[in-house]
Amino acid sequence: MHIVVCIKQVPDTKNVRIDPDTHTLVRQGVESIVNPFDLFAVEAALKLKDVNEAKITVITMGPPQASEALRDVMSRGVDEAILLSDRAFAGSDTWATSTTLAAAVRKMGDVDLILCGKQAIDGDTAQVGPEMATLLDIPYATFVKAIDIPDTNHLKVSRQTDEGTEVWKIPKPCLLTVIKEVGEPRLPSLRHKMRAKKAQIPSWGIAELGLEPEEVGLSGSFTQVVRVFSPPVRDDRVIIEGTVAEQAEQLYNLLKEAKVPGI
Amino acid sequence: MKAIVDHQKCTACGVCVDVCPFEAITLQETILEISDECTLCGMCVDTCEFGALSMPEVGSGPDVDLSAHRGIWVFAEWREGTVHKVSHELISAGRKLADKKGTDLSAVLLGHNLDPDLFQELIAHGADVVYAVDHPELAHFRDETYSQALAELARRKKPEILLAGATSMGRSFVPRVAALLRTGLTADCTELDMSDEGLLLQTRPAFGGNVMATIVCPHRRPQMATVRPKVMKTEKVPGHEGRVETVDLPESTFQSRVEVLEVLLETDQTAKLTEADVIVSGGRGLRKGENFTLIEEVAKLFKGAVGASRGAVEEGWMPPSHQVGQTGRTVAPNLYVAVGLAGAIQHVVGMQGSKIIVAVNKDPQAPIFDIATYGVVADLFEFVPALVKKIKQEQGLA
Ligand SMILES: Cc1cc2nc3c(=O)[nH]c(=O)nc-3n(C[C@H](O)[C@H](O)[C@H](O)COP(=O)(O)OP(=O)(O)OC[C@H]3O[C@@H](n4cnc5c(N)ncnc54)[C@H](O)[C@@H]3O)c2cc1C
Ligand SMILES: Nc1ncnc2c1ncn2[C@@H]1O[C@H](COP(=O)(O)O)[C@@H](O)[C@H]1O
Repeated sequence: MHIVVCIKQVPDTKNVRIDPDTHTLVRQGVESIVNPFDLFAVEAALKLKDVNEAKITVITMGPPQASEALRDVMSRGVDEAILLSDRAFAGSDTWATSTTLAAAVRKMGDVDLILCGKQAIDGDTAQVGPEMATLLDIPYATFVKAIDIPDTNHLKVSRQTDEGTEVWKIPKPCLLTVIKEVGEPRLPSLRHKMRAKKAQIPSWGIAELGLEPEEVGLSGSFTQVVRVFSPPVRDDRVIIEGTVAEQAEQLYNLLKEAKVPGI
Repeated sequence: MKAIVDHQKCTACGVCVDVCPFEAITLQETILEISDECTLCGMCVDTCEFGALSMPEVGSGPDVDLSAHRGIWVFAEWREGTVHKVSHELISAGRKLADKKGTDLSAVLLGHNLDPDLFQELIAHGADVVYAVDHPELAHFRDETYSQALAELARRKKPEILLAGATSMGRSFVPRVAALLRTGLTADCTELDMSDEGLLLQTRPAFGGNVMATIVCPHRRPQMATVRPKVMKTEKVPGHEGRVETVDLPESTFQSRVEVLEVLLETDQTAKLTEADVIVSGGRGLRKGENFTLIEEVAKLFKGAVGASRGAVEEGWMPPSHQVGQTGRTVAPNLYVAVGLAGAIQHVVGMQGSKIIVAVNKDPQAPIFDIATYGVVADLFEFVPALVKKIKQEQGLA
């Protein structure tokens, strides 16, 4: 079985903010990490490989330094990595990203399963997985928390919905987006670290992927950001003081005034 | 990967079967199938006179005739015989946009054995038209059947704007609708407006809520967005009238490669985080699992749900389905009470959209106080019982 895992290198969101003077996004000094949900996708792939014959390839679309993210997950036991990097990819929305990732999967040809994280913590869209599956015309399941292999042609997956759990049978090839219940990501091992460090990571651009410049990046995108701004600050903060009985009374009254349901 | 068949357009004439140099195309009765032998050479696409075949790659394609698209649509989410609250919220929001633009508002209801009362409810909230598709294959949600039905309707009726709730259902299948329609989609919006040129201004948080972004979809139709539950207000439109149109779609629309084996509804009401008006969450400050009964008691008084920090989940005090935050659920209730919980950024990104935030923590430096509407610096083991007592007194329970 050939499993492809899509990962994204993202800024550690806690440090991202808007510069109040220039109104631009400050990313300086912000550390890059592997999107946490994608580590769950990597773990899901490794778990399948623990008990089945499988090859795992990890791909990412990003700038050259995104290869660091690829090495990170290789050090956890992923077999191969491919970087999708081209100046033309800059400014991609989810559609252009999906187009690029789908082209890479098509080029590989023999893919049985694609795993994505539930969402990337920078954009929080959760759209790339489903859009990519649609482009590849393969079925998909989102918010997957457990994966079983009932027979050679299918997967049995449990998905978490707002209402509970659904169990689906889905034929391969297919795409799954996973949540944290698939398993805590394993740590890098020394052996895999060494291998990851030395690995030659191929880089594919539009020429290798057979894409036209107008299909990718900003020009291949359907959506456009017209404004970024800081969220409104809350100016209604109150610290409630006194004995616990007084605090309870005050809080109760404030909540009552605010017409909180249940009070 | 292989050529894509649009089963709606395919007439099963068989011309492509003969044309394919790789014998990758067969007719199974009247359904065209493309095998893995397909090399994407494109011969079939060129010969099909019905435009039923395409290559799975995106060109920018022919320009979309923007003026052919009219009206605002809301996907009405149907689950277990009822319509999700967010759909009524969206009809109210859509009504305002439609009035501003001088156009119609329609609701689309997909499901099986649809109750006509639901149509009237959608109209009462402001829908001019309700499109209903009732089919046994829509009884259970699947991304394929739902997206094919909604996309097919949109192809026929050409709405200008299409909105859906950013629920687990909406966020799962609406990206496929957008991809099938080759249009843009903005996820999890918290604000919608109309620009002077008539473009939908879609505003949403990004980077864990540290940044807001306004997004438009200028060249494609419909303009599509999923919208976060509980941010738009529901308002009925007294005396509003509308009509219901039941639509039949071809059987092929309801084909899916996925089989639903089981649907297990969460019976534990306290875990229904995304729907709750009030959430009371506990963290490591509770010290042990048994102490979560304190949290449960407060939650019950508010008829709310119980949340937990990752810290508390890692300790095994609460199951993962209760976790709020970056790797847990994103919630935005009217009231969020954080008890004995530090307010790490990964927790905060999952709940900072709440209207009122109450923090109870004995450490005045705890970061949760930075985002709290009402901060209570106290030992939770003293404060929570005092609060419970107060509420019970007021409710006449004690
Ligand atoms: C990639 C990643 C993803 C993550 N995702 C999530 C997520 O989705 N959700 C999440 O919650 N976390 C997440 N975390 C973890 C997060 O960073 C914190 O570690 C976690 O939220 C801490 O839990 P806590 O606040 O309960 O515990 P602590 O940090 O231990 O805080 C306990 C608090 O209780 C207070 N306290 C103690 N005793 C009392 C008392 N008697 N009375 C009153 N107050 C008291 C203390 O002052 C302290 O502030 C994630 C971390 C990473 C790296
Ligand atoms: N640039 C990218 N490269 C590789 N995978 C990506 C990229 N962007 C998104 N993904 C995958 O798609 C998932 C959802 O991302 P998003 O739709 O941006 O929230 C992520 O968890 C990744 O698995």
